[in-house]
Amino acid sequence: MRTSIRVAAILAAVALALGTAACSSGGGASSGPVNLTYWTWAPNMDKVAAIWNKSHPDIHVTVNKQDGGDAAVTKLLTAIKAGSGAPDVMQAEYQKLPTLVSANALADISGDGGSAAKKEFTSSAWNAVTLGGSALYAIPQDTGPMMFYYRTDIFSKLGLTVPKTWDEYAADAKAIHAADPTQYLGTFSSGDPGWFSGLTQQAGASWWSISGKAWGVNVDSAAAQKVAKYWGDLVQEGVIDNNPMYTPAWNAALNTGKQVGWVSAVWGPGVLAGNAADTKGKWAAAPLPQWNASSPSDGNWGGSSTGVTTQSKHPKEATEFAVWLNTNPTAIKALVADAAIYPADVNATKIALTTPPDFFSTQSDFYDIAAAASKTVAPFTYGPNVNVAYSAYTDEFAKAAQSKDSAQFLTALSNVQTTTRADLVKSGFTVK
Amino acid sequence: MTSPAVATSPRIAPSSASRRRATRVQRVAIPYTMLAPAIVLFVLFMAAPILYTVVLSFQTVRVSGLGLGAADKKLIFAGLDNYISALSDPQFVASVVRVLAYGAILIPVMLGLALVFALLLDSRRSRATKFSRVAIFLPYAVPAVISSLLWGFLYLPGISPVVYILNALHISAPNILEPNLVIFAIANIALWGGVGFNMIVIYTALRAIPSDIYEAARIDGATESQIAWRIKVPIILPSLIMTGLFSIIATLQVFSEPTTLRPLTNSLSTSWTPLMKVYRDAFIRNDIYSAAATSVVIALGTFALSFVFLRIVQRRAFGQEDS
Repeated sequence: MRTSIRVAAILAAVALALGTAACSSGGGASSGPVNLTYWTWAPNMDKVAAIWNKSHPDIHVTVNKQDGGDAAVTKLLTAIKAGSGAPDVMQAEYQKLPTLVSANALADISGDGGSAAKKEFTSSAWNAVTLGGSALYAIPQDTGPMMFYYRTDIFSKLGLTVPKTWDEYAADAKAIHAADPTQYLGTFSSGDPGWFSGLTQQAGASWWSISGKAWGVNVDSAAAQKVAKYWGDLVQEGVIDNNPMYTPAWNAALNTGKQVGWVSAVWGPGVLAGNAADTKGKWAAAPLPQWNASSPSDGNWGGSSTGVTTQSKHPKEATEFAVWLNTNPTAIKALVADAAIYPADVNATKIALTTPPDFFSTQSDFYDIAAAASKTVAPFTYGPNVNVAYSAYTDEFAKAAQSKDSAQFLTALSNVQTTTRADLVKSGFTVK
Repeated sequence: MTSPAVATSPRIAPSSASRRRATRVQRVAIPYTMLAPAIVLFVLFMAAPILYTVVLSFQTVRVSGLGLGAADKKLIFAGLDNYISALSDPQFVASVVRVLAYGAILIPVMLGLALVFALLLDSRRSRATKFSRVAIFLPYAVPAVISSLLWGFLYLPGISPVVYILNALHISAPNILEPNLVIFAIANIALWGGVGFNMIVIYTALRAIPSDIYEAARIDGATESQIAWRIKVPIILPSLIMTGLFSIIATLQVFSEPTTLRPLTNSLSTSWTPLMKVYRDAFIRNDIYSAAATSVVIALGTFALSFVFLRIVQRRAFGQEDS
């Protein structure tokens, strides 16, 4: 068994090396059209690129489908280290940008015509791609404002109202679990650090900060402690499930009604349509419950941008494509229709998001809720070692969730803080 | 492949002295020429990466300031820093202890079952041996990732048919993915996949034993189980040692099963086994240097353990052949 795995791994590595070498070889500067390669994991992106290729005969974009955000970043960093093999254009999640910039993988495109796109985006989205400085490392593509999904039939059967605050959410969770001990309003997922950081973002936390020439690490802030304790208490009480999301068991629970609600983001309908097809028509979307109902706030779970790599020989053309892809009305319509994403462009609601997603076809205000949520997203700074913090989260909060002890949730948060800070210090970053 | 000696012989110069020189050159050159592909492959794909890993393990990247520019990063010589932090990391030590416990559970059961199956298949009274052999061997052909997914579905309490049936019979099933039991869950996957391979190795050794030994034993009045334990097992001991050694190495390198099961449960950390820690450091934390140091430590540890194991069992197994 060992040998076969090793052989397979070597074959895969060789295939990968050959594959990436092959795609980067295009792009001769002299004559003919400029060839750009584009790494993305969003579905049907080749259809969107085809629209570009039709209208821009002198710049040809080839889409290279990736497995996902983490895999693409690993591949890109390897290519950067190797000195060749990186694409021209690259989809990158917001939380990966500081890591990629720190590895000198993404080019500053502020001089290549990228900055003109600023007016199309919210300040929080723009802040994420500039890292708060004067350089521009990517064009925002999609955002993931968090939302709350729930089963209307079960809520009305139990006479519950949609929770507007987290206190009401806790009360509903208790009522649902009391009525049927196999049912939960949600789960605390140790497998989804982006979910938890989004929830702390809503409460006012920002895990990193930049002051002058120094990083600050504030994972263990009062706001984040409030969120950790809140979920820890619910898990300790047993009214919320403690198993991770995105497992076959969780998928089945959504479909059979054992999971009655889902604290998620604007892209939730796609997941629900795939995992809980039998429950179509029984779900509704609502704004995320609030800590303070009078001043609504929100967090992001997911979202990505389009960057140009430092290995691109045509940064100007690549930037032109990245701007077109994320701000051109035709492109945005295609992004929504084909790639099923929620564009970061502030005009997208008008241009393309006129009908609700298929799984929520009866809820005509779906994108109004999303747009309202998007406007209240709190500022959040990602650091250069998000990967370390996130992997520490999965380890520490797995232990905490398993223990079903609220105090352990606070210990976990403090351990993530320690690990994240120690990693920055060890690498030599100036840390406050 | 035709022999190059035959092909080149007509071209040898007529003088006997030069001929002698030519044959001497040939005598040296031909073996190396024939070995060349193997040597080149070995150097390119084994020696060079190993050397590179060792080089990496003595380096580290030093960042200054915010680390957001190319100029803010420098590759420096780290000395033994990476090794010291690897060996003093409590997570690494815990993962090594865990893997040793895992091996202590898995290896005796796996080799025991493989031996029993092989002896049963080799026994004169066995029926349907061909079918059984294939059936026991078949799980080995399933990649570890696939088998881990299959078993994951059987383990998850929410969807497991096993748990469903037990609950229907009013038996409360333990959650095998709990932190204390998950090691058995993973050992079980490796057991399911590994018994067949080891059985085939042992069975092949059994088939190579000349049958006149058994006839002699039967004439002396030995029963089938006496033949098995007093004759067959001692003769195939070298095969058992070899499978044991392979199993020890495979145990230290366990990776696919826990990595595949990890997203399904809260019980498996990113450093559950030493190799998982290496993977995390290299590809999640992007710290390839400390990952390289940990890899070297694991390789040396595996080497030492294999050496000690062979040292202990060698005399018993190969003693007769050496004398």
